Amino acid sequence: MFDEIPKRIDRLPNVPGVGYKPQHFADINAAPGVVGWLEIHAENYMGDGGRPLAQLRHLAETFAISAHGVGLSIGGETRLDPDHLKRLKHLNNWLQPASFSEHLAWSTHGAEFLNDLLPLPYTEATLNRVADHVDELQETIGRKMLLENPSSYLAFTESTMSETDFLSAIAERTGCGLLLDVNNVFVSATNLGTDPIAYIDAFPLDYVGEIHLGGHDEDEDDHGAPLLIDSHGQEVADPVWTLYDYVIAKGGARPTLIEWDNDVPDWPTLEAEARRAQVILEKVAA
Amino acid sequence: MNVDQTTFRQALLDPDAPRPDGLADGQGREAGRRFDVYRNNVTVALGDALETAFPTVAKLVGAQNFKLLAAAYLRQHPPKSPLMMFYGEDMPAFLATFQPTSTIGYLPDIARLELAMRHSYHAADARAFDPAVLQSIPPEKLMASVVTLAPATRLIRSRWPIHAIWAFNNQPEAPKPIMASEDTLILRAELDPVPHLLPKGGGAFVEALLDGESLGTAIERATIENEAFDLSEMLALLITNNALTDLKD
Repeated sequence: MFDEIPKRIDRLPNVPGVGYKPQHFADINAAPGVVGWLEIHAENYMGDGGRPLAQLRHLAETFAISAHGVGLSIGGETRLDPDHLKRLKHLNNWLQPASFSEHLAWSTHGAEFLNDLLPLPYTEATLNRVADHVDELQETIGRKMLLENPSSYLAFTESTMSETDFLSAIAERTGCGLLLDVNNVFVSATNLGTDPIAYIDAFPLDYVGEIHLGGHDEDEDDHGAPLLIDSHGQEVADPVWTLYDYVIAKGGARPTLIEWDNDVPDWPTLEAEARRAQVILEKVAA
Repeated sequence: MNVDQTTFRQALLDPDAPRPDGLADGQGREAGRRFDVYRNNVTVALGDALETAFPTVAKLVGAQNFKLLAAAYLRQHPPKSPLMMFYGEDMPAFLATFQPTSTIGYLPDIARLELAMRHSYHAADARAFDPAVLQSIPPEKLMASVVTLAPATRLIRSRWPIHAIWAFNNQPEAPKPIMASEDTLILRAELDPVPHLLPKGGGAFVEALLDGESLGTAIERATIENEAFDLSEMLALLITNNALTDLKD
């Protein structure tokens, strides 16, 4: 429990992974099934010790770990929180995760952390800012990160470029990779009335180091138009599986995460979702 | 129209504030209730975090009241850090001044106990030393020694029976609380923090140790507080919970 882990699995394999929930600890160790790697929310492992770190050290001996930050506020107007950068550096140093990722979003304002992934307009100004923040993070943790596309519920009238152009430009300028959340693509396309296939066709798939799949809720806006909410509280929806199939056929196999953060199911239900991804991944491997 | 993040944030946490201009649906119409998705996400996520952090407070005031209380709290005290596991530091003071709970005298101390449980859960690991060492040191030298307690140790002193109230709400067999001052010591023998009711004088004893006083001074303060202080009972509690981690001359 006090020993450093000697050797890490240094890249995510092109197989399904799941978002790690402590209630699955025993099941994951006993019967991982097709699940080959685990993703943790970085901020949940920034305590000094106790059960979270003990479990993570144990899991990291067997599984490749993806550390997924949810609190850096890369899209924030103000400078990145230096204390949080230090914490991220520390986590990356001791855990040596196979991957580190964060979001194209903001969540901090002044001294406040708002605990949600808030949207930003796509303009030259925000592009410069996000690129600077990605540079700063990569410099701090000494490695390449993956940046994730958001779920959109609305658009900014001031935006001057598409999300795919924005993400391509960030990846080209900073050398970061991208995390393609296929559910987010479907949610955003439905909410903004655009074509999800066209989004994938415009997405620089070569930069994609990881894919996310999660469930969404259905609501509607003031005009009765569908409004999907990225809730991670149920199975991945059928049209999202279809879109994922398209992505894999086009771009090749990628490490694929099942995200289920709310109303967390039992392990067999979660593993069954991972198996669904495995079937699609095996089609291109064969 | 550019929407800066200050405007966005203002409208996010204030349901009565107008939604920012410059936000649209896919056809250029005003975003309307689409903005409320973010309002709802923030309120629900922060409310859930508070409910996870303060389950006993929630039980004591009732689930519905806790939701109202959490909604008021998160507007007055949004998180100051992305470490959500420690969100709620201002809850004890808030409960003391929030009108509907301000008359429930023991509630802030229950919140302090629940915060301390969280901090104990995430505190650094430490190995206990072999208690046989205590017997191998000459008494005079031992009394001048300073004992370090495990980083997961937390002391909550209260003029209310907070240990009994906590137990009554979390353990099926626990008796109904009766009025008394109670000192509670949270210890983490392995990975699970457990609140223990301290014996007479135990609060003064542990407080002195946490202040870095010698064992002799701690015993003295415990005995001044209550002559019935029983050192062996106190040490047994600390030893069985792996709480003694260092001994210095």
